[in-house]
Amino acid sequence: MHGRPRKAYKPEEEAASAAKAVKLRSLQSQFMSNHHHKIYTKEAIDLSTKLLEINPEAYTAWNYRKLAVEDTLSRTESNPDLVKSILDEELKVVESALRQNFKSYGAWHHRKWVLSKSHSSVGNELRLLDKFQTLDSRNFHAWNYRRFVVELTNRSKQDELKYTEDMICKDFSNYSAWHNRSVLLSSLLARKADGFTPNEKIPEEYKLVHDAIFTDEDDQSGWFYHLWLLDQTVNVETPLLTSSWPPHGSRINLSGAGCLKKLTTFCSESGSFPLVLYFDKAVVGVSSSTVRIDSELKGNDDLVWEPVSNKNAQVSCVWVARVKYMSSEPCVPKEYTVKVRIGNSPGIVSSRGCNFSAPYELVFTAHVHDTVQEVPQEAIVSWMDGFDIWDAQSEDLNNLVNLDQSNTQMDSKWRQETIAEEIDLFRELSDSKIGKLTLARLLMAKAMISENGVKGVHYEEILELYNDLMALDSSHYHYYKDEHSVALLRKVTSSNESLSGHLFRYRDLNNSVCLRLNNLSLSRIASVEKFLFVQMLDLSHNELHSTEGLEAMQLLSCLNLSHNRIRSFSALDSLRHLKQLRVLDVSHNHIGEHTVDTTRYLCSSPLSNSEWTQDEAGRQVPSLVTKYWDAYFVLRDLNLKQLDVAGNVIAGDEFSSFVRQVVPQLVWLDGQKLGS
Amino acid sequence: MSDLPPYPPLDPTTYDLIIVGTGVSESILAASASSSGSSVLHLDPNPFYGSHSASLSLPDLTSFLHSNSLPPPPSHEGPSDFLSVDLVNRSLYSSVEITTFESSILDEHHSRKFNVDLCGPRVLFCADESINLMLKSGSNNYVEFKSVDASFVGDSKGELRSVPDSRGAIFKDKSLTLKEKNLLMKFFKLVQAHLAVGSDEAGVEIKEEDMESPFVEFLEKMCLPPKIKSIILYGIAMLDYDQDNVETCGDLLKTRDGIARLALYITSIGRFSNALGALIYPIYGQGELPQAFCRRAAVKGCIYVLRMPITALLLDKETGGYKGVRLATGQEIFSQKLILDPCITVGSESMPSLTDQQKETVRVLVPKAISCKGRIARGICIVRGSVKADVSNALVVYPPKSLFPEQLAAIRVLQLGSGLAVCPADMHVLYLSTVCDNDDQGKAALLSAMSTLIRPQVPESLQSESAAENDTAEAKPVVLWRALYVQELIKGEFGGSISSTSSPDGNLNYNEIVESAVKLYVQLMGSEELFKEETSPENTTEEENDGGADIEA
Repeated sequence: MHGRPRKAYKPEEEAASAAKAVKLRSLQSQFMSNHHHKIYTKEAIDLSTKLLEINPEAYTAWNYRKLAVEDTLSRTESNPDLVKSILDEELKVVESALRQNFKSYGAWHHRKWVLSKSHSSVGNELRLLDKFQTLDSRNFHAWNYRRFVVELTNRSKQDELKYTEDMICKDFSNYSAWHNRSVLLSSLLARKADGFTPNEKIPEEYKLVHDAIFTDEDDQSGWFYHLWLLDQTVNVETPLLTSSWPPHGSRINLSGAGCLKKLTTFCSESGSFPLVLYFDKAVVGVSSSTVRIDSELKGNDDLVWEPVSNKNAQVSCVWVARVKYMSSEPCVPKEYTVKVRIGNSPGIVSSRGCNFSAPYELVFTAHVHDTVQEVPQEAIVSWMDGFDIWDAQSEDLNNLVNLDQSNTQMDSKWRQETIAEEIDLFRELSDSKIGKLTLARLLMAKAMISENGVKGVHYEEILELYNDLMALDSSHYHYYKDEHSVALLRKVTSSNESLSGHLFRYRDLNNSVCLRLNNLSLSRIASVEKFLFVQMLDLSHNELHSTEGLEAMQLLSCLNLSHNRIRSFSALDSLRHLKQLRVLDVSHNHIGEHTVDTTRYLCSSPLSNSEWTQDEAGRQVPSLVTKYWDAYFVLRDLNLKQLDVAGNVIAGDEFSSFVRQVVPQLVWLDGQKLGS
Repeated sequence: MSDLPPYPPLDPTTYDLIIVGTGVSESILAASASSSGSSVLHLDPNPFYGSHSASLSLPDLTSFLHSNSLPPPPSHEGPSDFLSVDLVNRSLYSSVEITTFESSILDEHHSRKFNVDLCGPRVLFCADESINLMLKSGSNNYVEFKSVDASFVGDSKGELRSVPDSRGAIFKDKSLTLKEKNLLMKFFKLVQAHLAVGSDEAGVEIKEEDMESPFVEFLEKMCLPPKIKSIILYGIAMLDYDQDNVETCGDLLKTRDGIARLALYITSIGRFSNALGALIYPIYGQGELPQAFCRRAAVKGCIYVLRMPITALLLDKETGGYKGVRLATGQEIFSQKLILDPCITVGSESMPSLTDQQKETVRVLVPKAISCKGRIARGICIVRGSVKADVSNALVVYPPKSLFPEQLAAIRVLQLGSGLAVCPADMHVLYLSTVCDNDDQGKAALLSAMSTLIRPQVPESLQSESAAENDTAEAKPVVLWRALYVQELIKGEFGGSISSTSSPDGNLNYNEIVESAVKLYVQLMGSEELFKEETSPENTTEEENDGGADIEA
């Protein structure tokens, strides 16, 4: 039923169809009257049969039949033969309806409903399906129904797997068969059925799909399955801890409000530091019971863990708790050892229902300074100059970036071998677009699962492949650009050497360490798990549309996003999670340029939100809040001292006055010191 | 044939056309001429239909191969108004060698179950011109076909690799590497894109300069490795000569023709929904094909007389023009035109007495004028067992040099089973053929292929011991009966009133035979199309059913 051209109707066909419509309309009105009067006599039911024979899409008729069956059954419950004959009749009606239209949702659903009443006839269903599936081998209704019937009959998953193989052998352009295969395999692998271990089964599946892909590389069905296999090879179901701040084995300095001096120093007016856990998958259930803290720092028995997620969901990759180090009474300046046991009790679960199974203990020492060293200067951060090459103190850096639970958790040998074989193979197909993309994905996978030492090797090739793809396939340019950015950031973070090449000292701010990822034409932020320690970040002169991902950088206090492609304040939404952020430069972007901002429709309407009317700015300048509501929602939650918005369409006197209302503590706006 | 039953004299005695011989060419001509309204007398000296394309029992086949070289019975010399020129039957076959390894095979109850082709190995492509002609003429009503299940390329080690001839077959193939699968499919797509030019789909034409280059060079240009090249050249395009060797190659194929051959193969797959692959074979043997055309001709009024040799041509005494023939019964029959089987010639002893005009009339029947374009060695083996487990009807091709270094041309082997009603249930018939320059060379090549595929018959005394061995040893089939012969290839010719048809050729299908028959018909009748007015109701329904070739799944 695929690839058959549609023909225009001939006049006689049109006449026949008009006659059919007249008949159908009369049947329909009679039927509706029966339905409304709840008439379930034999004649009435026969009428609905006739209607469904002509039009299997008449959903009401199917529902009517369900009611009719219920009605009859309620009166004949005792006689099993009669019940069977009633249900068999229904199956017959469905079958003839399906003959009429194989893709009728109503008919398939009715069939499922009948079977759920009684499965005595379930044996016939597979035979019927075999007939249907020979006629149209990839119809997803039939495959869907097949899964349903298989569940009922307890037919083994292995047999079904064999069936998909047979179907694929008949014609390998069968998405449905490949898909069902992935469903069956997932289930067999998950329950560790006999002979179904990933290290044996997955390589076999690669062999099967290679035949399809290499025979006809223009056929997409095999590529989809290959992508699924790659995912099975690289990822494990169980969530793992990717990184944390402070990292395991590190030594951090904590002091009161003051300065950023060393990489490992954290200052805060509030006297608490963020403890950040970064998982490789979104998880729920991080709490004071699943994560246990053991230290002499007082007042941290009942830590509140918050998900750091843009979507306000309880599921997140990043979780943060604020650990107090200066409570009401100043604590004694000394070193404290902090032990954090993650997965102390079960409860951390991925969104797909897998448990964080391997408890992990991270230990770090916190050196608390009692005194505030200097009154913090309220100097402007210019971003322009004053950066010195950072004299790499690699021990510091080693301390900060060294946790990677994922490698130790996976039985990585077969995965590495498999990926290496795939890479060798797919170099052969790398003159096609999909071949290049797959090679890039494979190389990326190799980089992800290989040992730290060799990670840097492939990135050049990956970047080259994405550059080629951007040139070859402009309709997917943005996708390739994003992947290119991800690869570039992975390359930057692949070793301490390459990372330290992007670290600078900023003289004007007590030689604070600044991570500069400017001028890299990034369109997307990635590898944030490696940047948790960063307090000053320069992302200027890139092609960013959004700050998504930065929410994990809980220590961030200065951020430069100037000369990017940000189109609205909504795109900065993730910054609301950054409680330490003081300096923000979004100058020379596209904010306000586009009058219709499609992201607005994703947010709740400000007019229906009574929240804003209650706060200061809302009361003072309601019209401006309505006008700049997206800016309002972001800026309101930030505690900024410096903001640069010049070079955006939105910038202007009106917006400046709005900003001063919303952010009263602001000291610098667009390089101008604001009078107190 | 020596004791002819007394025939009543034929009536009428004058026809538009007399055809002698009931081979495929002659039968097509008889059917097309009678459907266009000509009166046709169709004669055959043999007691069966089909002449050189017949399917026979083993004894009949044996006697036909031998008897054909006997001279025809002497002609009746009586008073005549015409100049009579004696005709001589010359044999197409030489080096006939028939061996029976298991005598029980010739038993009465067995031998009737055989329908063995004289012109094997031969099959039809679903998209063949011969199929089109059958559909057009309506003769498809008299034949049923079955699919040839598989085709293989063989080598000297006895290995048979299936020919990856379609997308699905390439996917399933176990012997090709992934790279090779990729290259082969890309090449098929290139051909399909070329064929799609002019149709609704977007096509990409192969460059003109490539079309004129040798096909083998084009395949190289497409980066196809030797293994795949050989599959395409000999397993799909069904070429005979070694295309890599320009000197020995009798026929270096151009890309244009190579693509045409691939196109035939590709369009054959899936033409009939109940045919599995590209190739089909008629149930009861190839002899059914000429018979079907003959039946069609008979329906249209053609008169048939079997067991009726002609002994002489009758020429006008004055003008030297053709008038008619004298039958073996002595009766004289007249016609405008005459078409003769390729083995009927004018005896050399009668030549010197003829005038120039008379010589011109019988031009095509003079032996020296018959152009020989080569020889074809054929072999038939009746075996117990199959060359490949679980496969009954299969084609095996041995490309040049695949069996031994001096192998000049491809050897084709066709195995057919009892499902096609050509042999008893536990046996298979194997047909082998190869083109050759001389008899010994051809027979040596066939014997080499046989020894690779078949086990020789073990002497009876040792049979019991080896039986146990057989189960464990390679399950090669055992030969029970074998025929080897070399057939001459004769090209038919149009000669005005007297024309001759072609002998069966060395190809796998009938395309060249049909082509020359069609050409001859056009020359004879001055008409452009065969079976032009054939639009009988049975015909149209048949085509709509798409069961034109009535293939049984």
